[in-house]
Amino acid sequence: MPFTERVLAQLTLVRFREFIREPEALFWVFVFPILLAAGLGIAFRNRPPEVLNIAATTPELARSLAGEKLLRVDQLPQAEAEEALRVGKVALVAGPGTNGAVIYAYDPTNPEGRTARMLADGAVERAAGRADPVASTDRLLDQPGSRYIDFLIPGLVGMNLMGSAMWGIGFTIVDARRKKLIKRMVATPMPRHYYLLSFILSRLCLLVVEVGVVLGFGALVFHVPVRGPFTGLAVLCVLGSMLFCSLGLLTASRVQTIEAASGLMNAVMMPMWICSGVFFSAQRFPDAVQPLIKALPLTAVIDALRASMLQGAGLAQVAPQIAVMGAWLVVCFGLALKLFRWR
Amino acid sequence: MPDPGGKSPLRVRQLRKTYKDVVAVDGLDMEVRAAECFGLLGPNGAGKTTTMEICEGLTAADSGEVELLGMHWERDAPQLRQRLGIQLQETQLSEKLTVSETLRLFRSFFQQGPEVAEVIGLVQLQEKADSRVGGLSGGQKQRLALACALVGEPDFLFLDEPTTGLDPQARRQLWELIERFKLAGRTILLTTHYMDEAERLCDRVAIMDHGKVIALGTPRELIASIGAEHLVEFSSARVPDATGLAEIEGIRDVHAENGTVRMQVTELHRAVPALLSEMARQGIPLTELRTHSATLEDVFVTLTGRHLRDE
Repeated sequence: MPFTERVLAQLTLVRFREFIREPEALFWVFVFPILLAAGLGIAFRNRPPEVLNIAATTPELARSLAGEKLLRVDQLPQAEAEEALRVGKVALVAGPGTNGAVIYAYDPTNPEGRTARMLADGAVERAAGRADPVASTDRLLDQPGSRYIDFLIPGLVGMNLMGSAMWGIGFTIVDARRKKLIKRMVATPMPRHYYLLSFILSRLCLLVVEVGVVLGFGALVFHVPVRGPFTGLAVLCVLGSMLFCSLGLLTASRVQTIEAASGLMNAVMMPMWICSGVFFSAQRFPDAVQPLIKALPLTAVIDALRASMLQGAGLAQVAPQIAVMGAWLVVCFGLALKLFRWR
Repeated sequence: MPDPGGKSPLRVRQLRKTYKDVVAVDGLDMEVRAAECFGLLGPNGAGKTTTMEICEGLTAADSGEVELLGMHWERDAPQLRQRLGIQLQETQLSEKLTVSETLRLFRSFFQQGPEVAEVIGLVQLQEKADSRVGGLSGGQKQRLALACALVGEPDFLFLDEPTTGLDPQARRQLWELIERFKLAGRTILLTTHYMDEAERLCDRVAIMDHGKVIALGTPRELIASIGAEHLVEFSSARVPDATGLAEIEGIRDVHAENGTVRMQVTELHRAVPALLSEMARQGIPLTELRTHSATLEDVFVTLTGRHLRDE
């Protein structure tokens, strides 16, 4: 192997070994995202539509109301029905009025009561032969690709790319600097940019596992789709990881203590956790700040991942996001190389 | 003094380095000859490490010139790096790597040099080759650091306080290793604040204080320069008459302090019998008698009035 490649291979191998021999790091990178996805997936899962309990005081009314699938009708005597409404066992009581009219008794402050009122009235009118002038059908949003968990998984992949690259690199560098190991390295003929490059390369080796774990979990447990071309998704992940590695190198380029590094890392990542649309859409922020949010690296990564996974976008369709990522990558690595404190 | 073996591998001229308001190196001149072990001896803060790091190309001097292996850091850094072996004072190597993984990494930086297994053998870490660095003793870690400096088959070896913090046995083991590299004809620049280390390992020693070289020579020359080869100390039941002692031939500089009398002596075999008969004449029994050869420590004390280990 030529001299220069051997250096890079050895440096990368060392990074890789140092990482896998750190059990805590393994937990935060591989297990934590799964726990987070599972927790949120369960919390925001789509529940089956709820059926409302109501009471009818005559057999005729009970028959008419039985036509509505979202209502469960009990036929009760008047007094018992009033009692059931009062204790909340039913949301509404339907009773006969004068001249074939219907009286609905319910609590107007209870949303279930109001919903039951609308459903019951529609069922009664239809049973009485009402013809709807506008035909309508329902399309229900419970298909994979449009649920909260589908929105969440690409966000988690992006956040994981950022977190593991930044923490992994930041702490390793500050630790090496504190132990005077960086100084020892530059006392050898090692080319300095290889030292920085080795961090990026070792990250890319771990990337397959890191992204695979979250995507695999989403696909297996929640049937989150990956609609875009697989190579496109891979390119986005690699580019995203390299970008955050560079950002990590830049953030750690001058810091001398773990405490300072920790604070600086959080300061850099915090705006992106909040604004880049990991857990909720970035569109919720005012229009005025949208260009700023779109220029954040994590926004670009997550937007591109969502477009690729959920809408099946190819690389050409996420070109603006790729441009943002590329710019951050080049600028951060260049600056890191320039500013890095080699002692 | 002209160098008989051709050009000196290291020449330092009028080196100066200031940190904020502290002058670390103050117009230092120094020359290390081929295949010698040159020692920088001095207390902490004397500027030894700063001098070393300037020579290693890790710190930039404010002014002055460093010529190393006929090259200069400003022009020839990559070629120079290939030919140097460097051991820094406080480096902690990565604890999660094994000994041989660490050395494979360092070996990969150099275009030529011995095999990793050979270097491990040199520093006698064969049994620890596959152990994590974190599990090594202080002496073993220091030998590994030395091995990292040797993987490139260096022409010039920098050792910054190689035995600081080690127990006596580990120090002796390291000394034996360094002596073997001397025999192999390597040029070594080493710093230490242990006088015994400098006396044992160094062909020539520069004693540093406050950023300057205050004495330079072989350990023997330096010790001879203070004019006394031996020191004699004794305690007695009564304080003897000092003038009687000072008249003995070859005894100088008599100091009485807390019942102990110290004196400098050139010829031990004449002075001690004369001392004993003088004490017998005065009728004072000796309770204690000690002699030791003058050391570099005595040189430092004579030159500065302070001890090396004083902070």
